[in-house]
Amino acid sequence: MTLFRQIGAVVLMNFKSLPHRVGTSIVIVIGIAGVVAVLVSVLAMSTGMLETMEHSGRDDRAIVMRNGSASEGGSALSRDAARLVQDAAGVKRDSAGKPIASAEAVRLANVVRKDGTEVSVTVRGTGPQLAALRPEVKIIQGRMFRPAVTEMIVGKAANAEFKGMNIGDQIRTRGANWTIVGVFTSDGDSHESGLMADAETLIAADQRGGFQSVTVLLESTAAFQKFKDSITSNPALAVDVSREREYYRRQSETLGKVIYIIAYVVGGIMAIGAIFSALNTMYSAVSARLREIATLRAIGFGATAMVMSVLAEALLLALIGGTIGAAIAWLFFNGHQVSTSAGGNAAGHLIFELSVSPALIATGIIWACTIGLIGGLLPAVRAARLPVATALRAI
Amino acid sequence: MKYFGLIWAGLWRKRARTFFTMASVVVAFLLFGLLQGINQGFNTVVTNLNVDRLYVSAKTNMTDGLPIAYAARIRNVPGVKALSHWTYFGGYYQNAKNAIPAFATDARQLFKVYHELTIKPEYLDAMERTRTGAIVSQQLAQQYGWKIGDRVPLGTSIWTTKQGSSTWMFDIVGTFDVSAYNQGFPAFYLNQEYFTENAAFGGSVVHYYLVGISDPHQATQISKQIDALFENSTNETRTQTESALAQQQLKALGDINFIVNAIVGAVLFTLMFLTANTMMQSVSERTPELAVLKTLGFSDGKVLTLVLIEALALCVFAAAIGLALATFAFNSGALKAVFGGFRMPLIVMGMGAGVALLLALISGLPPAWRARQLNIVDALAGR
Repeated sequence: MTLFRQIGAVVLMNFKSLPHRVGTSIVIVIGIAGVVAVLVSVLAMSTGMLETMEHSGRDDRAIVMRNGSASEGGSALSRDAARLVQDAAGVKRDSAGKPIASAEAVRLANVVRKDGTEVSVTVRGTGPQLAALRPEVKIIQGRMFRPAVTEMIVGKAANAEFKGMNIGDQIRTRGANWTIVGVFTSDGDSHESGLMADAETLIAADQRGGFQSVTVLLESTAAFQKFKDSITSNPALAVDVSREREYYRRQSETLGKVIYIIAYVVGGIMAIGAIFSALNTMYSAVSARLREIATLRAIGFGATAMVMSVLAEALLLALIGGTIGAAIAWLFFNGHQVSTSAGGNAAGHLIFELSVSPALIATGIIWACTIGLIGGLLPAVRAARLPVATALRAI
Repeated sequence: MKYFGLIWAGLWRKRARTFFTMASVVVAFLLFGLLQGINQGFNTVVTNLNVDRLYVSAKTNMTDGLPIAYAARIRNVPGVKALSHWTYFGGYYQNAKNAIPAFATDARQLFKVYHELTIKPEYLDAMERTRTGAIVSQQLAQQYGWKIGDRVPLGTSIWTTKQGSSTWMFDIVGTFDVSAYNQGFPAFYLNQEYFTENAAFGGSVVHYYLVGISDPHQATQISKQIDALFENSTNETRTQTESALAQQQLKALGDINFIVNAIVGAVLFTLMFLTANTMMQSVSERTPELAVLKTLGFSDGKVLTLVLIEALALCVFAAAIGLALATFAFNSGALKAVFGGFRMPLIVMGMGAGVALLLALISGLPPAWRARQLNIVDALAGR
């Protein structure tokens, strides 16, 4: 019990004297804040991208593409194949008995970002069952496109990111002049980065090939196997079936992993630097408290109490630094919109928001505490080992 | 030079502190070297590009492709010296993770357009004789242990063969040196005729026409002429110079570049703060010693210089180690897997030296100024 009381007393005393060492203490705080801010913001990028992509898929939907295709961009399905897929077992049907599915034509269109760079975005031609298949697609401005007329609707993110994407604007692409008639949201998924139009109209205007994929709504999540079996046992079809969520996850896997590695390599190297500066700070904190520590030891306080007081100080400063770092990342980057063509979405440009999730903040704080503890350990041992007599005389 | 001992002693007055400060500066410059090296590496690739080559792709998007029949019409444009083409094959070896930059092409013409790539003429002859032939870069051959005469299966995520398979067989007939380019450069070439004949669908498509022109000054004019040929057709074209194309691809990376720069900024800011703080601490601890120096007759200016040189020595030495480590990381090939065969650009070294000087000045000047302003009597009295 006395040990705990000793530790409590010394730690408290130490914290009270902290304001006198602001100059050196701030070094550890800023060092750690830098590490955590960088780590959390870069991780927020990969988290944001994965969230956007995973959001695009649902477990009770399946996507069918030509066999061997890694993405819709490299796939092609004939009209017959598309019909066969929609009629397969396990597909949910509406009240009229029609399968809830959409044979989609996926094209790219060149658009100009507000900063003047030209990029390609996805134009998704969808079937008449769009509303039943993708209930998350909601028009927030204007109206839905009509079939057989060259009209498009634009995703909310694309509307904000690119020039000439407002209602009434015309886009000349894919062999026609398309009028934007509406803006849609789809729960912040990857479709919001692109445009949608009627599949048949798009195919007719474009005159280059047909469908790329068929997306179907399943009777239930469990009906996937039934659907898959029905497709794979059909000798007329040479296609691959995936759950929609898995398909979108695969699309973002590579880039997500690269960003992840960058975050940990850069964060790791920075952390090593921060450990050195933490060591610096804590060593000078110990030398500033030399007289105090020696006196305490002389009147009977144990070595453990000294170690704990130094570690507690390091931890407190690390916590402050970590919190500041996470706060900086959150303030500057949470919800910050990034757009890239770096392969996140195999078909086109992807716009997503950085997401500083609570889990990321926790990761950041854990890193901060680890750095603080490692940086505090050696100085703490020094404080404990201080020969009392020499220390008292040294002043 | 006679003050070297004095500066050295000042530097190592507190060994641990100097060592730790130095270590964190080393780490910061290691990061600086790595990130800027990669950044500049991309830019160097762009500026090293050739000006006498044009790329023709579908105006809508490269992936839409152009009819192979355009070749004859493009070749007739005045000023066009050589013409070849690329069709993206989307290849992989053994599993989808080992992506192979494979393209269908007209190999003989290709090496005329890419005149800086060297290949033995007999390999080109063999390529023409062997329908299923393939020419690969030496680097790629080495990576997968392929030798001339080997039969290699290549998977593709786009093209099915007439037999319904997504694996194609090729006979390696020759190699070429591609070390001047980075890893993404097309390094596996197959015969366009074989590709067109064997693909179940869409085999007569070309993704890029590569146009070699005789006079780089005419690049803009020739580009316009080519695009005018196909205006208002189903397949409109867009002709770009090599650097315009590369810049466009680089820009498409979008905001990722900005994030890299933000990290470098954050690292350097943190570091400047840390070093400045250490220097300040070290000088304030030495106040009485500096006062003694002044009593002995050291001028104000000399004391300022001494402190400043100390900061300079610390920063420059540590920065040099950090940059050397970064160079080592580039050369050792640890980064090759992710970023390709970059070399540490010299300019990054120059930038690093500049930043180190700046860092030394910013962190050294305030304490040096304080040392200069010291009043002997007050300092000795500990006021």
